[in-house]
Amino acid sequence: MQAFLDIFDIYLLETVINGILFGGVLALLALGLNLIFGVIDVTWICYAELIMIGMYGMYYLVHVYGVPYWAAAPMCILLVAGMGALLHFLVIAPLLSSPPINQLLATGGVLFFLQSFATVAFGVEFHNIGIQLPVLRLGEMNFSYARLLSFAAALIGMVAVYVFMKRTYVGTAIRAIAQDRQIMALMGVDTRRIYLITSALGGGLAGLAACLLVLLYDVHPFIGLSIGPITFLICVLGGLGNFIGGFVAAFVFAEIISLGGMFSDLEWGYVLAFGFFIVMMFIRPAGLLSRRS
Amino acid sequence: MLTLKSVDAGYGSFQALFGVDLEVKAGEAVGVIGPNGAGKTTLMRVISGLIRPRKGSIAMQGTDVLATPAHRIVSLGIAHVPENRRLFPRLTVEDNLKMGAFMPEARRHHDERLAFVFDLFPRMKERRHQLAGTMSGGEQQMCAIGRALMSDPKLLLLDEPSAGLAPVVVQQVFELVKRIRAGGLTVLIVEQNVQQVLRVVDRAYLLEAGTIRGSGTAAEMLQSDTIKQAYLGV
Amino acid sequence: MNRRHLAIAIAGAALVALPFVHRDPYHLHILILMLIWSFAYTSWSMMGRFGLVSLGHGGFMGAGAYVTALLWNHLGISPWLGIPLAMVTAAALAVVVGYPCFRFRITGHYFVLVTLALSGIVLQIITAARDWTGGSLGYTPERTKGSVLVALQFDDKITWYLIALAVWACGLLIWRWVDGSMDRYALEAISEDEDAAAAAGVNVTYEKLKITVLSAVMTAFAGALYCQYQMFISPDTVSGISVSLQMVFAAIVGGLYVALGPTVGAVITIMMAEALRIGLGTKAVGWDNLIYGLLLVLFIIFLPKGVLGSILARIKARRPSG
Repeated sequence: MQAFLDIFDIYLLETVINGILFGGVLALLALGLNLIFGVIDVTWICYAELIMIGMYGMYYLVHVYGVPYWAAAPMCILLVAGMGALLHFLVIAPLLSSPPINQLLATGGVLFFLQSFATVAFGVEFHNIGIQLPVLRLGEMNFSYARLLSFAAALIGMVAVYVFMKRTYVGTAIRAIAQDRQIMALMGVDTRRIYLITSALGGGLAGLAACLLVLLYDVHPFIGLSIGPITFLICVLGGLGNFIGGFVAAFVFAEIISLGGMFSDLEWGYVLAFGFFIVMMFIRPAGLLSRRS
Repeated sequence: MLTLKSVDAGYGSFQALFGVDLEVKAGEAVGVIGPNGAGKTTLMRVISGLIRPRKGSIAMQGTDVLATPAHRIVSLGIAHVPENRRLFPRLTVEDNLKMGAFMPEARRHHDERLAFVFDLFPRMKERRHQLAGTMSGGEQQMCAIGRALMSDPKLLLLDEPSAGLAPVVVQQVFELVKRIRAGGLTVLIVEQNVQQVLRVVDRAYLLEAGTIRGSGTAAEMLQSDTIKQAYLGV
Repeated sequence: MNRRHLAIAIAGAALVALPFVHRDPYHLHILILMLIWSFAYTSWSMMGRFGLVSLGHGGFMGAGAYVTALLWNHLGISPWLGIPLAMVTAAALAVVVGYPCFRFRITGHYFVLVTLALSGIVLQIITAARDWTGGSLGYTPERTKGSVLVALQFDDKITWYLIALAVWACGLLIWRWVDGSMDRYALEAISEDEDAAAAAGVNVTYEKLKITVLSAVMTAFAGALYCQYQMFISPDTVSGISVSLQMVFAAIVGGLYVALGPTVGAVITIMMAEALRIGLGTKAVGWDNLIYGLLLVLFIIFLPKGVLGSILARIKARRPSG
């Protein structure tokens, strides 16, 4: 009995740590979406599809064309950043004065478009980037380097964004614009340019996420459907546009999915997370970090 | 320095300004007085480009303001301290001031301007790391003026700097305006507090129902019967 | 008004008579699909027209289809009982997600994202429960031999056509009924300004929940009907975000605020998909959705009232008295 408990505890610890590692990636996903929402007041329903395209970019660069991973990653980040800016320029900017729901649905159209584009262009098969990273053994526990690497890279990415937002003029303007849109012109700020930069930044974060997720999962045209909903739940639970809330919620969800997945499939972890989300809505409808009035 | 010629402006179907002519010469302090809803704030917004007039022309030192994109008007040397201060409440004082120096030409002088503003408002230096929204109304007004000064403007537009402030603070704000113009800055100030404003400006315009109804030196305005009756309660 | 009734009667008679005159099974098949999807899209726009944009309807439709099929295959429960149970399931889902949303004023983006997550999760459940549902490979209700009323399985297309036609007509009647009810005014007030509506004595939570449950139940019914007709369902065709977006797309293309708008949307989208399928053959996989997506974006930017809505608005503008 004691031996069983020991093994169980080790598994539990391993799962908890894996959950934290997974949480880093989820937090990165939530950050990109929150940034877009906080600054432009738009939700990109197709956010996960941008990641999917980025994963294909990585797959083709690394697996098909033989570009080394470290060289492919910046290219992929730039690619998705460009897509983010393009998405804003082509779809969001013409709709800035229409009802918010129209902007959201238009990005839904983009979701459809990107998904089918991937189906047509790359086929429905699953593709693996073909990089097998070793596994780190710590006593009885196993951690894949892919997870450790993605956790570290996600943290570095988030710190980079934080420094950018705190130190630079553009970063300060991005934070300011969410607080008072109308007077930005008085500061000499061209809001259209800041929107475009923010969209590129959000896209760049999606690109970084793509570089990391491609190490963990196979890419296929519908992978966005399993990344998207969980990201949206995290952002809603953390409070849309609330960076810290999204960060905390990401780790909470990652633990639930990880622990739920320990007992059965990953999908059930998602279901559990959704159940948790519904319960949380009753307890803290305004988001995880809100104070109760 | 600044010339407005027969400016019409409004929002949607509502017209707020009717053929406004106005001039501010370099080094002057000019006041625009008038009742609530006379179009004073609209006038300020038209000058700084927040709204575009339907008719008329605006020139700043010979440059056509209307041909300049709204976000480039600051670099003509016009800084606008908006009504109700409009600070970024969840940014620190320092970040708010930093936003005032957003223009590339202002960024280069950020450090000197910051020193200048801190010199003018030592209180801001103490509170530099505090969130702007947590300060008192008077401090926020100082921060808003400081933010506008960060761009090293030639013309400062002040929209109701005394609104919502305690009388003793109002006094301080007008003292500040005096000091700022002593430094050689041209000031256009819009106020309901007629008594106070006429003490700091050289000239003033009377704006009523979107039309300029009169103008004169501060002394003349103080003597005018209409103004005495309507605004000074004498 | 009499002329209008007459026109409706003639159109109705023509629609009923159609399969007896024109028996081409392929055309009938397309018509049946159009009618079923029209009903589903009408159900969606029941909520959508009041600004309650749900992307959770893929979840309701999936629940309708899978619950009916699972009950039949595993417990031998006839669809005549299974479909009402499936509708109850969808209603329960709608309440579980809708109640906290409405009670705590989760609106706009938040509501869309929460419902979006719902359809995502239903898809995940169907996939995860692959031992029972067949997972992403799809699922087939057990076939009876020939047409059996108890099993709600019919071999001939004419029966299905008439069933789908009746269901579609019922959908329009429910739309008219909501359109003429007091709830419509309450819901319109809510979509304009929730606080003002609440202050005027409208029970916001209750009104929203009512229309959501109605819409969800109808969507589940559409899912069950689709399952019984096609005799094959897969998570991608009846559930998930794509199906939700498909509903939004069709409703917007056709026009949200007119009764026949979603029907027009269904006709346009299905014809387009079929034309592409025939035109491009097997290469068509994905192309139809590619064009859907592109058109959805273009429609929202250039024609937000939809095809039918824009045409009607133009007619109205030309004849101010009409």
